[in-house]
Amino acid sequence: MENTNIIELKNVTKRFEDDGFVAVEDFNLEVKRGEFVTFLGPSGCGKTTTLRMIAGFDLPTHGEILLNGKSITKLPPYDRPINTVFQRYALFPHMNIYENIAFGLKQKKMPKDVIARKVKRVLTLVDLEGFEERSIDTLSGGQQQRIAIARALVNEPEILLLDEPLGALDLKMRKEMQVELKNMHKKLGITFIYVTHDQEEALTMSDKIVVMNEGKIQQIGTPEDIYNEPVNVFVADFIGESNIFSGIMTKKLKARFCGGEFDCVDDILEGMHVSAVIRPEDVEITKPEEGTIKGVVSSVVFQGIHYEIAIQSGKNEMIVYSTEHIEVGEKVGMKIKPESIHVVIAEDHTNHFQVDINSDYRLEYNNKVLDTSLTKLFKDSKRLSDGTVIDASGEKIDLERAKIHASIQPQDIKMTDNVDEGLIEGKISNLIYQGSYYLYVIHTELEHDFAVYDEYLWNMHDRVGLIMPVDKMSFTIKKSK
Amino acid sequence: MRIHFTRKNLGIPYVLFLLIFVVMPLLVLFYFAFTNGSGEFTLTNLTDFFTNPNTLGTLFYSFAIAATTTFFCLILAYPVAYFLATSKLKARSVIIMLFVLPMWINFSLRITALKEILTLIQGNLAFYPFANSVIGMTYDFLPFMILPIYTAIEKLDPALIEAAKDLGAGDKETFLRITLPLSLPGVMSGIAMVFLPSMTNYVVLDMLYNSTFIMGSLISSYFAADNWNGGSMIALILLLIICIFTLLTTTKEEDNKDGGNLL
Repeated sequence: MENTNIIELKNVTKRFEDDGFVAVEDFNLEVKRGEFVTFLGPSGCGKTTTLRMIAGFDLPTHGEILLNGKSITKLPPYDRPINTVFQRYALFPHMNIYENIAFGLKQKKMPKDVIARKVKRVLTLVDLEGFEERSIDTLSGGQQQRIAIARALVNEPEILLLDEPLGALDLKMRKEMQVELKNMHKKLGITFIYVTHDQEEALTMSDKIVVMNEGKIQQIGTPEDIYNEPVNVFVADFIGESNIFSGIMTKKLKARFCGGEFDCVDDILEGMHVSAVIRPEDVEITKPEEGTIKGVVSSVVFQGIHYEIAIQSGKNEMIVYSTEHIEVGEKVGMKIKPESIHVVIAEDHTNHFQVDINSDYRLEYNNKVLDTSLTKLFKDSKRLSDGTVIDASGEKIDLERAKIHASIQPQDIKMTDNVDEGLIEGKISNLIYQGSYYLYVIHTELEHDFAVYDEYLWNMHDRVGLIMPVDKMSFTIKKSK
Repeated sequence: MRIHFTRKNLGIPYVLFLLIFVVMPLLVLFYFAFTNGSGEFTLTNLTDFFTNPNTLGTLFYSFAIAATTTFFCLILAYPVAYFLATSKLKARSVIIMLFVLPMWINFSLRITALKEILTLIQGNLAFYPFANSVIGMTYDFLPFMILPIYTAIEKLDPALIEAAKDLGAGDKETFLRITLPLSLPGVMSGIAMVFLPSMTNYVVLDMLYNSTFIMGSLISSYFAADNWNGGSMIALILLLIICIFTLLTTTKEEDNKDGGNLL
């Protein structure tokens, strides 16, 4: 059996000794020879730590790293046939370009003429012929980047590690380098492991993407897989623009969210709480009567190739990309193909909903004022005498354009028979016994489904009021573009 | 008349300071160095310096003291600075402070204490005047060597060390090819701060009963004997040596602007 995996990480965990922080947890990955693999995730997700363990700068607390089937877990970096391109290049300032690139070859005690030939060749590869004698500080950022790549590649490593190598470059330069790196990868056939927080970069360059969050792998797959079939809300939210609604499976292959019932292709058990992910380009705008759901256009922003259209449907907002211009205020319908609706089982039953800001700068939901002060929502914010609110850095918070998202846990909502007592009224549309309590789904007048835990049994289709204590809600502000 | 605090006006005190305490003394020094007792121009002071075996001997003795002191400071300071700068010790700022702490005590008190210790060990300080002077000066100047080297190593980007290891260099090669060359600006600053003062710091010699003259005591003896012209010439030559030395060390440092330069 031929083993085509060049590197394997098995149950790799990294806990930092000084503060006990677990940067990487139970990381399992197989990389095939010649693949372009990208670790993608927000800062602090453990992607760089994983890379550093492959390079040998950090040792895993648990687990094994295998190179060509042999463990290199404890091997020091200088004994690994792996080279790194560092985030800020880490070129040696006291050496000229030739000496920088020749550093690794000199360590291997290669003859001078061989070194000279290899350096010349790699400089041609990165398009910097004749730069041998130049000093580092005469180079631009992009050129330093190329030298850093050349310095690593000249050693003909089995794996090239790249730690956010394009982060310090401007947009245009970054795009060019992306293409060049991709071409180099094709030409050389070396395995590339690339770390970035830029999802677009990951999507355009990689054969395989490893999406990480909080030290854990969220999803491994091709760019198409990751984009089209995100396994959870985090991946869907992190990769590309998406509309994410919480909803419920009403029947087999039918999901209700955003105030409508949609056919879908994900077979999830009836009654399950789900998150529906819809890409903005997958929503078809129709005449009001032809759509599965209706809405009113609340904003239209031209973005070059398409319009970004926000459509308010009940309490939900759908972002749609369309090449056709629509006037703000127009009533429209929306249709989504079943295969474009991606439904994932909700990890928890946290209720998310949008609240309004009224003319007195107070929060409102269902036209009822929430007993909280706006300044409590933002740490160290202040309300000025003219009613405007400034944040900790003294910048004005634009409440007109801000959207406030509220969330509340299902166990913090109380149901009441006295419907006027609640913040909102709704009908029990589903109940599931969970062992020690019931999970209820309340379909409200505002076409929103709330999940509520209650230990007592209520009847289906009962009309109830939902009491939601403000102090149990948490709020986040989303600034619109 | 109202005083306007323009940049020009605010500069006046500094200009006055420079004129009175730097330019004027220099002019006086030049005047005395190139005149004789009756104020006539002469070069005899200069030729005297290079023909008098006493002055030349003192110059070499000073060089010897300064070079030995610098050497010992360097070999003591570099490992300390290196380990402190590269260690992950939480207490490293405390340790650095312990090395710097003696500087807060008046130096004559420090040397007096050292004298007592050396007397206890050696019985009579007159046996090893050269060694004692070097010990005294090393003790006195060690922090000036540690600090710039420490700063230079501490400022090194850890990614450079990692890059070297990544490219196949072991600990020894990484030190020799990366850490050491990149900490040289700090070493140069340290040398400048130890070598030059130890050529003239005759108080240490005096206090440790070393009766041999070094440049500082030589000048002072000329002045004590009312030979202002000869003393000024020696001072001028010393100044020239210092200038050349400083120029030599700083041109090398220009390459590395964020080294650990103190000059």
